[in-house]
Order: sequence, then C-alpha cells, then structure tokens
Amino acid sequence: MSTLTISGDLAGALPVDRSTQNAPSGDCTSNPPAQAVKETMMEKSATPSAVESGTPLAEHLNALGRLVMPPVLGLLLLIGIWYVATLSGGAIPGPVKVWDAASVLFADPFYNNGPNDLGIGWNVLASLERVGIGFGLAALVGIPLGFMLGRFTFLANMINPIISLLRPVSPLAWLPIGLLVFQKADPAATWTIFICSIWPMIMNTAQGVQRVPQDYLNVARVLDLSEWKVVTKILFPAVLPYMLTGIRLSIGTAWLVIVAAEMLTGGVGIGFWVWDEWNNLKVEHIIIAIFIIGIVGLLLEQALILLAKKLTKESS
Amino acid sequence: MEKFVQIEKVGQTFETKKGKFVALRDIDLTLRQGEFVALIGHSGCGKSTLLNLIAGLTTPTTGVLLCDGREIAGPGPERAVVFQNHSLLPWLTCFENVYLAVERVFGQKEGKAKLKERTAAAISLVGLDHASSKYPHEISGGMKQRVGIARALSMEPKVLLMDEPFGALDALTRAKLQDELMKICEKTQATVVMVTHDVDEAVLLSDRIVMMTNGPAATIGEILEVNLPRPRARLELAHDAAYIDCRAAVLKFLYEKQAHVEKIAA
Repeated sequence: MSTLTISGDLAGALPVDRSTQNAPSGDCTSNPPAQAVKETMMEKSATPSAVESGTPLAEHLNALGRLVMPPVLGLLLLIGIWYVATLSGGAIPGPVKVWDAASVLFADPFYNNGPNDLGIGWNVLASLERVGIGFGLAALVGIPLGFMLGRFTFLANMINPIISLLRPVSPLAWLPIGLLVFQKADPAATWTIFICSIWPMIMNTAQGVQRVPQDYLNVARVLDLSEWKVVTKILFPAVLPYMLTGIRLSIGTAWLVIVAAEMLTGGVGIGFWVWDEWNNLKVEHIIIAIFIIGIVGLLLEQALILLAKKLTKESS
Repeated sequence: MEKFVQIEKVGQTFETKKGKFVALRDIDLTLRQGEFVALIGHSGCGKSTLLNLIAGLTTPTTGVLLCDGREIAGPGPERAVVFQNHSLLPWLTCFENVYLAVERVFGQKEGKAKLKERTAAAISLVGLDHASSKYPHEISGGMKQRVGIARALSMEPKVLLMDEPFGALDALTRAKLQDELMKICEKTQATVVMVTHDVDEAVLLSDRIVMMTNGPAATIGEILEVNLPRPRARLELAHDAAYIDCRAAVLKFLYEKQAHVEKIAA
C-alpha cells in the first residue's frame, strides 16, 4: 500500500516541478534577446580566431623565434665581447683564430698517430668511456644500497654518518688511493668517477624509498603482494623519479671531475688533451676544449632530462 | 552464513607521546554473509580504525576478529579494501591496476587469458571499458574511484571494505556511484562494510547501520536495521515513511545523543 501512495505522490509532484520550471522562461521576455546577443558575440569572437588559425605557419615561426632568439643573442654577445677583448692582441686568441683552428681540428677528429697523438674525437670518447664505466659501477652499487638504506632504518643509521663524513671530500683526494690500489692511471681515474657519482645516487634513492606514499604500501599490504611484486610494481616506479635526479646530479659531477682527474693521470682523454695543449702552448685548442667539454656536459644533462621526462610521463 | 565476520570484545589502544590513547573499546559485532553494513559516527570516533582492524592493517589490542571462521591475523585479498583516495598506482593503466590484484589472487590457478578476462569483466562491471587503457591521471575522480572498486571486486573478496569511498566526490557523481554500487552488490551478493559520514548514503545502501559513540574510547552506540525492500530507488525513497524514519533515527543519534563533541569544541 505504501508504495502506491508514494508513486501517487511522485506523479503529482513531477508536473508541478515542470510547471515551475517552465514558468520563469515563459514570463521572462528578455531572455531570447539576451541569447541572441550572446550568439552574435560568439560569432564575432569566432571570426578573428578563424583568421589566426588560417596562418598556423606564421604562428609557429613566431613562437620558434621567441624561443630561439634570446639564447642566440646571448651567444652572439659572448662572442662579441670575446672578439673585442682580443682585438688588441695578447696571449688569448680571438674567435676567428679559434674558429680556424677548430675547422682544422674537426676536419679529421679521429686520426691516430700513435698513443700520444690521437684525434680530438678519440680523446672525448676516452673520457666518456671512463665516465661511463665509473658511473655505471656507481649506479650498480649506489642504487641497491640506496634502496636498502631507505628500507631499513637500522642500516641507514649505521651508514649515514659515514656518507656524511665522506661526501664533502673532493673526489680528487681519492685519486692517490686509486693509483696505489690499481697501480695504473686509467682505473684510478675511473675510481675517482665512481666515488664522486655514488653519493648522489645513494642519497636520492634512499630518500625516494622513504617517501613512497603510504597509500601505495597499503595497497601492497591489502593485496598481500610478494616482495618481488612490491619492488617491481610499487617501490621501483615510485622511486624512479628520485633515482633519475640522483643520476643526473652524478653525471654532472662526473663530467666535472673527469677533466681534472685526467689532467693528473695523463694518457688519453679530454682532460689530458687540455694539459697537453697547454704544454704545447696552443691556447686556441684549450678554448676549443672548453667549448667541447661544455657542449658534451650539456648534451649529457639534456639526454638525462629527456629520459627522465619520458620515464616519468609513463609513470605518473 | 549467520556469523560471517565476528568481532568479539575488540579494543584498540595506541601508544602516543602523551601516553596511551584508547581509540576503541568493547566492540562486538557480527556480520551476516551478503549483508551491507554502514559504520557512521562523528570524525574521530574510530570508524576507520575499526575498518582497518577488519582489513587486518592493524591488530587489535584486546579481543579477536574472525572472518569465515578464521582469525584475522593480517591483510589478505579475501578482505578487499576500497580506499578513500582510490590509491591507484599512477604508473599502471586502469587495466593493469586491476590486473595486479587479479594476478595475485588467481595467478597460481589460472592462465593469462583467463586472468585478462577476469580483469576486463571487473572493469566492465563498473562501466569503464572505454577507459581501460588510460592512466589514472587521465580520468576523473569518480572514474578513479570506480577503478578502485573494480580492483577490489575483481579479487572476489569475502568481504568488501570501503573507507568513505565516495567522500571526495561531488554530490552528483556520488549519487551515480551509489546507484552503481547497489546494482553491483545485488549482482555479486557481496558482504560490504562501508565507513561513511553521510546519513543519506548510509540509509540508502545499508541493511544495518552501526552508529558509533564519540571518541576517545568509542564503541558501538546503536545498531539500526534498515528494513527497506530492494532494489531501492533514490527518488521513491525520498517520500517513503520508513526511509524518513531511519534517516531521522540516525540524525537523532548523531546530533542529539552524540552531540557533546561540538559542545566541548565550542
């Protein structure tokens, strides 16, 4: 019985609702003109946008110009100052002289006249190889260690003071230890890279693990996931952005340090090349080396930023 | 099953810097299979604490909890949880989020094709087939919560635990999801415990409403049987005398008998 009365009530209520809804729009005569005004306004605003969208190429070029112009101007300014400063002569060669030397140098970057006279390309590759190996080893040790420090507080309390003690030490101070242990210059330089890259990786990874949101860990607990699944499906993706930051910081430092380390150890490499050219008093080559070091460092950094963007885009 | 989930003399005490804090005391509650129970009370009354105890995320200080005759010793997939903030993993698609749960529960017995089928069925149940390959940040809050529900249901849990699942949603989306949840419960005959602040939600969805007294040392104040026939329709209920009575009873409990929190605060 009660349901019947309810449906009766509803049937009665609904038409009343409708009539009240209809009433204002029927009474209000100002409504249609207002709508018409709106429409014409929309049309007006639509026409210019149609014109603009008709020339998308110009728009794009404009945007590109705004993006590219300032850095290009800055670079021109730098070269201009350099040119003016070296006009009156002196020890430092001007841009034109450096450009001429560079075009000779880059005409054949991969020549090989024995171990003491290699092309600039070989030197850069040798440095990159050292950085790659030292950095790779540091990642292999540092990232798992960072995971463990983040997961186990006891271990973190044990290791953190040691890290705090060693981290501020210049990596070059470790070079003699490397020379002593490995008895060779090459692994000693790699060792220096290892030492300087490992700290940011440990610390950032550990921090990432500690900051995994409790929600995700609760999901893992409720689903009762295996430790392997927890690591691969939850911890690793959650920590990835932190890890990449650590890697980026590391590679920046590694590239800084390798030049200095190679100056001390000799052999093949961009750092050694700088020192060699200094001994030969080819200052224009030193300036070229500075540009090369800068550009390679920039590329490494940009590559990692790109990688980080790609990976975190997938993960967030 | 008359006594599907049993909560016997359960108390929960937390150690804090200021000493012991008694969150819950003397909780006795039995859930029947297929029953929908809402936990309602003012904030800080330990509703979520009780839900976490059933989930096994925390262990009680005193008393014992049983599910299907076994003691609840820790979290497990037979007691699925829908979290308030959906808690989807952002690096997995909706499908993969659900698949993670399906794989955990059925992965040892069934092949990949069957697992995928189950996942797709769960997503279909909440009406999200079209968003299956999207990432959580690409869909709306209501859709995320639906994926959370699909994930929980896909495990075919004995009990579905929901911690204010619709609390963060706007009123229209909430109503829509409540209707969907009712349909799903009817289809799956799920046993559900839902924590809520919302009186209308509690009356609309529940078979019983467990009203909790104010904390600290909160306990069950009253239990209200909601004897409304199913399926329930939101619009018709608005004028139903029984519905209005239930609603009034809950409101009376919350704002008359347990109103002292506000008085102290004021």
